[in-house]
Amino acid sequence: MNYFQFLDMIPEVSLIAIIMVLFLYDLFTEGKSRRYFQLTACILLGIHLIVNIQPDGYTQLFGGMYQSSPIAHAMKSILTLGTLIVVLQANNWLRRGDTRHKQGEFYMLLLSTLLGMFFMISAGHFLMFFIGLELASVPMACLVAFDKYKQHSAEAGAKYILSALFSSGLMLYGISFIYGTIGTLYFRDIPAGLTGSPLQIMSLVFFFAGLGFKISLVPFHLWTADAYQGAPTTVTSYLSVISKGSAVFVLMMVLVKVFGAMMEQWHPMLYIVIIATITIGNLFAIRQQNLKRFMAFSSISQAGYIVLAVMGGNAIGMTSLAFYVLVYIAANLAAFGVINIIEQKSRGKVDIEDYNGLYQTNPKLCFIMTLALFSLAGIPPFAGFFSKFFVFVSAFNGGNFWLVFIALLNTVISLFYYLKIVKAMYILPNDAPIATIKSDSYTRLSLVICTAGILGFGIFSAIYESLYYFSIVSL
Amino acid sequence: MEYTLLILLLPFLSFLLLGITGMRMKPAVAGAIGTIVLGAVTLLSYLTAFLYFGGGRNEEGVYPALTPYNMEWLPFNGNLHIDLGILLDPISILMLVVISTVSLMVHIYSFGYMKGEKGFQRYYAFLSLFTFSMLGLVVATNIFQMYIFWELVGVSSYLLIGFYYTKPEAIAASKKAFIVTRFADLGFLIGILIYGYYTGTFSFQPGMEVIAGADGPTAAMTLLPASALRVLPVALGLMFVGGAGKSAMFPLHIWLPDAMEGPTPVSALIHAATMVVAGVYLVARMFPLFIGYAPEVLHWVAYIGAFTALYAAIVACVQSDIKRVLAFSTISQIGFMMVGLGVCTSMLPHEGGLGYMAGMFHLFTHAMFKALLFLGAGAIIHAVHSNEMSTMGGLRKYMPITHITFLIACLAISGIPPFSGFFSKDEILTAAFEFSPFIGWTMSFIAALTAFYMFRLYYCIFWGKENKELHTAHTPHEAPLSMTFPLMFLAAVTCVAGFIPFGEFVSSNGEAYVIHLNTQVAVTSVCIAIVSILIATCMYMRRKQTFADKLAHTFKTLHTAAYHRFYMDEIWLFVTKKIIFRCISTPIAWWDRHVIDQFFNFIAWGTDATADEIRNMQNGSIQSYCIWFLSGAVILTIMLLLI
Repeated sequence: MNYFQFLDMIPEVSLIAIIMVLFLYDLFTEGKSRRYFQLTACILLGIHLIVNIQPDGYTQLFGGMYQSSPIAHAMKSILTLGTLIVVLQANNWLRRGDTRHKQGEFYMLLLSTLLGMFFMISAGHFLMFFIGLELASVPMACLVAFDKYKQHSAEAGAKYILSALFSSGLMLYGISFIYGTIGTLYFRDIPAGLTGSPLQIMSLVFFFAGLGFKISLVPFHLWTADAYQGAPTTVTSYLSVISKGSAVFVLMMVLVKVFGAMMEQWHPMLYIVIIATITIGNLFAIRQQNLKRFMAFSSISQAGYIVLAVMGGNAIGMTSLAFYVLVYIAANLAAFGVINIIEQKSRGKVDIEDYNGLYQTNPKLCFIMTLALFSLAGIPPFAGFFSKFFVFVSAFNGGNFWLVFIALLNTVISLFYYLKIVKAMYILPNDAPIATIKSDSYTRLSLVICTAGILGFGIFSAIYESLYYFSIVSL
Repeated sequence: MEYTLLILLLPFLSFLLLGITGMRMKPAVAGAIGTIVLGAVTLLSYLTAFLYFGGGRNEEGVYPALTPYNMEWLPFNGNLHIDLGILLDPISILMLVVISTVSLMVHIYSFGYMKGEKGFQRYYAFLSLFTFSMLGLVVATNIFQMYIFWELVGVSSYLLIGFYYTKPEAIAASKKAFIVTRFADLGFLIGILIYGYYTGTFSFQPGMEVIAGADGPTAAMTLLPASALRVLPVALGLMFVGGAGKSAMFPLHIWLPDAMEGPTPVSALIHAATMVVAGVYLVARMFPLFIGYAPEVLHWVAYIGAFTALYAAIVACVQSDIKRVLAFSTISQIGFMMVGLGVCTSMLPHEGGLGYMAGMFHLFTHAMFKALLFLGAGAIIHAVHSNEMSTMGGLRKYMPITHITFLIACLAISGIPPFSGFFSKDEILTAAFEFSPFIGWTMSFIAALTAFYMFRLYYCIFWGKENKELHTAHTPHEAPLSMTFPLMFLAAVTCVAGFIPFGEFVSSNGEAYVIHLNTQVAVTSVCIAIVSILIATCMYMRRKQTFADKLAHTFKTLHTAAYHRFYMDEIWLFVTKKIIFRCISTPIAWWDRHVIDQFFNFIAWGTDATADEIRNMQNGSIQSYCIWFLSGAVILTIMLLLI
């Protein structure tokens, strides 16, 4: 075995290096010198992003256990960008009295889940994939329960870990069927053995259910609202974009590359699940009063739109998926950034009612929130319009007219509830709106990045085109 | 001649500048910018005219049509595309000169007239916009570009008529003008679409495809399909409906008298010289098509024009508001131009094509003396602060310049030589007599009426009984130089314009044509005009107007009906409010409100109710979550196994 192969996994290795540096920093510093912990973490992540932004070619290591392609590499960069934004937004919360001493833990856990996702994306073998999945799930439960003295957070953590275990168990069960029927777990060898037998169908569904849990597709989504509401807002935002984005990407990769021969089976499955996800997510979102719960259901319905890209099953679908995740990161993290800063500075106000009349006191935050919501709803000229458009086009080209039609109808409902928040902020009167908030520079930077993304991603076609190029090369 | 693009761009830029930053400027600065820009445009127009006509005729003996600038803007297929460009030919150059001259005069005049008005900058911005649209209309290279600017003209005139937006009458008038002309434009648009669909082009010469040859573009003739020949009369007729709306032809004339609520210089610009002749210009622009494919439609234009002229002349005789008289006189004169165009029977200027030249000539002279009349009326209104003729009388002592210039214009419109109106009107009458004696005599009678009501107006304002109490409280005085200069300028033009060898420049097929007066017609019309003026003199020059009152009393019904414009507004109101609104709009509104709205309310209610129903799924218990999870997976599996 050639140990230098490890060095070819550039994104993973550099991420491990960051984790080690931060671990040592956390271990050996005391008091005042810890002030720069946050800054160091952000800078390191930034460097990581820049170093890895140029995708390399197609690599296969360890006899096919690990494989990387340009689009997978680009996906990792997108996830890193999202993580960087989340980390920037975490600053305020991490400086609070009760979490101050746990900064190191936070980064350890957070970056471990990211590492798990990287392995998941690059897996070439179901075992490798499962390890990555677990590495992404278990620390996540700790993150959800990070404010462990708060009942909500602890409860959410418990619900998350129990659901995650359940889904992992089911998935492992499904994977064992594959091994039983085909005799291998290597992705590249499986397609040859696929016959579409009942056992293989079961394994497909169980595998799908396991990822559906991560993506929070209906009916595997029920943990979402509770976990999102209970978790610290930073973790919620991380859950809603990074964890979800990586899982969708893997879903598409596996369905196309491994289960490609069973397309006739997974097509109707996705069809039903997408409709259910978008519709139920929307229907629940209408009724929510708590913004974090609201965002949970909004993210469920958004997940349905992302999976719509999988239906295409080709390079265009892959491109629109990656692009959707990128745009979704910008828009959703902008919204969560605003929610987060308001929650931190107003002693935990997260109800939609609390936002009444916010425009009078915080016009800039309102403006960013409005942009984010417009982008989520898919209103031109914001990036969300383009991402939805591309997803619809890819699904439409696959011949799924009714699916696209139902998805389009659902955008109308989503527009309604997104606008409800805009209405609260700008129109509804309030005698005592939330006082003017002065945000810290980290949050501001993150909001600037997000706003630039919302305004720019759709307009600069170079982004979409390079993603398209990577997808064509990869698939 | 690429610089002609500037003629369009300059007023547009001036509009943007004044519209966006005008409120931060001093009024005088804004006015100066608008006026200077317009001065430049006027100079460029004159230069263009000079160069174009100086360039000489081509070997066929006509002035070539030039397109110094053209851009394909919206392609539909190989042939059918909308272009934006500039077309220079004799009539577009004629219009460039007319519009820029009158517009410049109005710009200068407004300095004095609008002084101290609120929104002075806005006023100049709108004037620039209007001038831009009107210039764009006349240089349009194709019918669709014409339509675009046609609508822009409508919008900017709406803005200008409703300039005093705090005055309810002005608002109502601007809406009326906009809606009536838009209604007519519907016909125009349908006509354009039919035209484009069947002939496969939006250019003014269907069947002529410009083919780029080795030595510049050459035109190649292709025959129109038979279907196109069948529908062309319909298309042209519909286009004329649009033209009739803008040019206030009966029965679409109702907006023009009301539009007098706008500032008086605006009336001079829009309702005398430019916008209202757009319809005439449209007919002139499509003239080869009318002659070639739909001569009967063209004659209908003449009949409608003649009837409108007669109707408006009768109404003008009894109006008491000075601007209303001028408004009806405008309608009547446009009728003359339409008659001039409509009585043509061929493209040859010597055989039946005389009317084209006469109509365009009258358009030119009328623009000048009617603008002069309106601006003079503005000066009078400025002096006595009222539009009613009863508040005037005996003003000749106070306002000598206005008096003289107004008199010149009255003589011109009445057709007294050597003023310009005589020459152009005489040509129209000659053409009308050539076409049919009936039309000829009708037009002569209208000419007599014209002379009568113009001099009635003139005597009531400048002679007659002076309104002493009003004038002692507020002595009328001559207008400032900024207002009298345009009057004098236009009066000078009116005196000499008749001697322009107009046929040299504009004729139906472009060939040179020497105007020669038809002595018989000329002598008759001059005699009729003089007799009418004498009658008006007897009736209105004295202090007491016993005979006029007696006449009004004897023909009371006729007088009242004419005073109320033969109840045309009431008829329109009846048709719209009582018939269209009540029988068509109300049921549709009911359907919309009760069926369509309720349907969507039902969908929204259904969504909301479903959302409420399924909330139990999310009950917070982890066990039930797992059951959902598992059963979901199992159901999916079973489903996949079954299909």
